[in-house]
Amino acid sequence: MFHWLEKRPFFFAVGVFVVIAFAGLIEILPNFAEASRPVEGLRPYTVLELAGKEVYKKDNCIACHSQLIRPFKAETDRYGQYSLSGEYAYDRPFLWGSKRTGPDLHRVGNYRTTDWHENHMWEPSSVVPGSIMPAYKHQFKNIADLETAYAEAVTVKNVFNVPYGDDIKPGKAAWEAYKPKVLAEARKIAADMKNKDVKDAVAAGKVPEVVALIAYLNSLGSSRYEAKK
Amino acid sequence: MQSNAALEYDYSVAKLYTYTAILFGFVGMLIGTLIAAQLAFPELNYLFGEYGTFSRLRPLHTNVVIYGFTVSGVFATFYYSAQRVLKVSMAESKFIMFVGKLQFALYLIAATAMVVTELMGITQSKEYAQMEWPLDLLIVVIWVLWGVAMFGLIGIRREKALYISMWYFIACFLGVAMLYLFNNMAIPTYFTSGNLGSMMHSVSMYSGTNDALVQWWWGHNAVAFVFTVPIVAMIYYFLPKESGQAVYSYKLSLLSFWGLMFVYLWAGSHHLLWSTVPDWMQTMGSVFSVVLILPSWGSAINMLLTMKGEWNQLTENPLIKFMVLASTFYMLSTLEGPIQAIKSVNAIAHFTDWIPGHVHDGVLGWVAFMIMAGLFHMAPRMFKREIYSKKLIEAQFWIQTTAVVLYFTSMWIAGITQGMMWRAVDEYGNLMYSFIDTVTVLHPYYAIRALAGVLYVTGFAMFAYNMIKTMTSSRELSEEPQFRSPMA
Repeated sequence: MFHWLEKRPFFFAVGVFVVIAFAGLIEILPNFAEASRPVEGLRPYTVLELAGKEVYKKDNCIACHSQLIRPFKAETDRYGQYSLSGEYAYDRPFLWGSKRTGPDLHRVGNYRTTDWHENHMWEPSSVVPGSIMPAYKHQFKNIADLETAYAEAVTVKNVFNVPYGDDIKPGKAAWEAYKPKVLAEARKIAADMKNKDVKDAVAAGKVPEVVALIAYLNSLGSSRYEAKK
Repeated sequence: MQSNAALEYDYSVAKLYTYTAILFGFVGMLIGTLIAAQLAFPELNYLFGEYGTFSRLRPLHTNVVIYGFTVSGVFATFYYSAQRVLKVSMAESKFIMFVGKLQFALYLIAATAMVVTELMGITQSKEYAQMEWPLDLLIVVIWVLWGVAMFGLIGIRREKALYISMWYFIACFLGVAMLYLFNNMAIPTYFTSGNLGSMMHSVSMYSGTNDALVQWWWGHNAVAFVFTVPIVAMIYYFLPKESGQAVYSYKLSLLSFWGLMFVYLWAGSHHLLWSTVPDWMQTMGSVFSVVLILPSWGSAINMLLTMKGEWNQLTENPLIKFMVLASTFYMLSTLEGPIQAIKSVNAIAHFTDWIPGHVHDGVLGWVAFMIMAGLFHMAPRMFKREIYSKKLIEAQFWIQTTAVVLYFTSMWIAGITQGMMWRAVDEYGNLMYSFIDTVTVLHPYYAIRALAGVLYVTGFAMFAYNMIKTMTSSRELSEEPQFRSPMA
């Protein structure tokens, strides 16, 4: 049979394809039928948080930080309750990471503050002596792309039925109408910060990346379950 | 009527990919060495402003060595060896030649765009699938063109039976196509939001745990179909060719090939042990990872036994050294991987430096060694000159072997140290170390790893120099060498 196959490239290729596709069919598909459902009361990310998630992706935080607390006592002691599948329902992409050069961040919002993050992103070793994390001073200057984050919210609402309000809808006009809400959220974060340039920028209606990033980091943890009550 | 004259093979496309393999190999490994050094000496993060941080450069390193160096090596060796095992020349079909050259041109564009977008931070932030959707589309075109060239050559072949290397190249083509397409399914947000925001941005079709499953089904099997399958194709071609020995066992090659095809795909979920992926999937990943030792070692043993009775060549021919050590590292890394995939071991190993350590004994010791040996073998045949310097190859071999050993030993120690410290508790059951303690303790190992990087990239520079000299100023050959590559 193998000799026969080796003289017939078409059937050979079909054979290879069937053999390699098999595992995916059995291992991947069943979970899709199950599809990850959100845990009860979980709210989707706000537009500002989505913009922060883009900063998290852009500066590739997953290179060193995980967002997955494994069910071991050493991990729950260090980071809190182990992660549940339904907590990731609105994560596109998933940002679990595969390496902990730095600590896990899945519940970082529960134990770090805006002020701490501001100092840390400006100069990590100022709050964690001995840290080998680089400073991300450019995030204090670069302006976050809120419009793209809004476009993402519109997309996941319309395509994947993520439960956003009726004020998230396509088009420039809708975005302009929505923008003040995002800026108001940014002002709340900036109020807890001390960097002059950041405060000025936010006051002028521009949101530096670090503000969006902090909004996102603060959302990692219990604050996204408030809807439950 | 068929002429009896020896076929004149056309290496123009193989040569182009040889150049890019050398270029991307050097650049990618240089970046790798820099980021290794950044972990030991964080001041090095500030050489290029926001574009020079570890986090921004790390995906650039992986992508340039995977899609730049390794994939160039795969295409170069394919366009060289496929003609020979199929007994057909690229020059016989204007169409296939055009497809090959077009593929290379698009490849260069894609590679350049990849480097630029990743430096800018335009990324899907999925490992080894960072490129955004416009680039993904371009890559699909490049891959289809490769398929056209491959099946085009197969279509006009004179040798009816496909040689083992061709099985693996076909599998590489099909496997990557399937995995890449599924993992990169994403919706560009610009078009679904009434033209808002960035054109480049997209959002994954899958969320959370599903996304993780698809991503590691890809992430793991990209290793299978880019770092294993085509490299096995290379060793099945180049080792017998260079040594003049027939492949030891046809049956063993059958078993390893079909075994590898069937088993490899299941193992992807071993990247997600103890995660929120269903338990049975984790167990499947774990079990199949251990089964995977069989087909992996099958190929490696088949190659080592091919040298039976001719082990003296190991001392005489440095290219044989590279290939034999490559199969040996392949065995090491395909034993180490399954060990790490056992759930209890994984609890310690996951998230630590033992994982990059494992990756690198595979890619430095197996993939890169095999590609360099293949290109060395091809050079005298493509450029009709002998290899510039045997001494340089010998020196390169020992420098790089030392580098690989330093790399994985330091990362073994670093990984296990960190894994143990994370879980260490005192007599009252409280955690003994704060996280930063487990970082600072790694400094010496990070320094050793950086040194390993310097050594390896030095060896690669010697390879590049030797190849360039071979192309330009080495002694010319009057006829094509039979087996052992001539070298000065």
